[in-house]
Amino acid sequence: MVGRERPLKTCLVVDDSRVIRKVARRILEDIGFDIAEASDGMEALAWCRAAMPDAVLLDWNMPVMNGIEFLRHLRQEPGGDKPTVVFCTVEADAAHIHEALDAGADEYIMKPFDGDIIASKLAEVGLV
Amino acid sequence: MKIEHRILVADLCAARAGLKVDPDKTYLLESRLAAVARREGFASIDELAENLKARREERLAWAVVEAMAAGETSFFRDREPFRLFRDDVLPALVRRREGRPIRLWSAGCGAGQEVYSLAIAVEEQRASTAAAKVELFASDISERALEKAQSGLYTQFEVQRGLPIRMLVNHFERVDEMWAISPKIRQMVRWRRINLIAEFAGSAQFDVIFCRHVLSMMVEPMRVRVLENLARALAPDGFLFLGEGESPAGFTEALEPVSGRSGLFVRNPAYRAAA
Repeated sequence: MVGRERPLKTCLVVDDSRVIRKVARRILEDIGFDIAEASDGMEALAWCRAAMPDAVLLDWNMPVMNGIEFLRHLRQEPGGDKPTVVFCTVEADAAHIHEALDAGADEYIMKPFDGDIIASKLAEVGLV
Repeated sequence: MKIEHRILVADLCAARAGLKVDPDKTYLLESRLAAVARREGFASIDELAENLKARREERLAWAVVEAMAAGETSFFRDREPFRLFRDDVLPALVRRREGRPIRLWSAGCGAGQEVYSLAIAVEEQRASTAAAKVELFASDISERALEKAQSGLYTQFEVQRGLPIRMLVNHFERVDEMWAISPKIRQMVRWRRINLIAEFAGSAQFDVIFCRHVLSMMVEPMRVRVLENLARALAPDGFLFLGEGESPAGFTEALEPVSGRSGLFVRNPAYRAAA
């Protein structure tokens, strides 16, 4: 999809469901991303401290550290303002969406999602 | 579905609406017409077609045409035309019209995503368009599409195609499992059933017409008629947006492309329509 001379953009998929991570990985790899996975916010934060990704696809409800807490931490990390963060959650009410945007999310996907929705949202934030 | 019935439906769609239906696409025909057959109380699509052939009932014929006319769409489809509208076309018209109303028409509006995208764009430009009066009109051949469009209700799937999340929370409200567009946006639009291949009455002209992904669904001989109808409905200095890959080239001289602006067309001042 992308020319070999350009390195792939990286996307960190954060979700406690292995099935969701697998589905998201397949869609994002088809779009042309290099994928890393984390199963909760704490793991995701460790990943970001080691190598800041270009994008984060972020679940809300997860054990250990949930998505919104992760996002608030991330935005305070050095370089943590850079990744484009797209929530991907079953929370589908305006209050949650406002809370996510206030915490620094760039886009928001309400589950269930499919390839078209992911592509549309990534286009919205200029990643594809 | 029998081949003779598929041909019957294809001929009906071409005659009534200029709609191109491939009789070999059995699956498409059956998936669209199954709901019509059920609604109208027929045991099968073939039974519906037999009835159509025997009785030639107007209402049933149109129900079939409407079902075949429905197309896929999304908010801000293809993005670029809407950016062009917001950043170039709208400001130019605001300057030129000096307070006279600016009239926009979404021709073949389907379930309403296109006209509501325009309405949202206009609303979000209020700061720079100030007191400009913008009137939005939307038409479709399908009464059912118009009903859905007017309701302003969309599924979670529909609002996630093309609509940025900030626009969703700013202009929609969640109602049960659906999202309802705000009354403010909904009330900006006036609706009417229009068959684009028919002569449409009214001398009113439009400053901007969006007619995207409509021509490509039509049989070629009808495209000329639709394009010339649109050209007549366009103000002399108005703008016509067609869908990706759609063009008047080879069909009519009434319209010409705007160079460097893909999908944007204006009236050809040298063209005089035959009386």
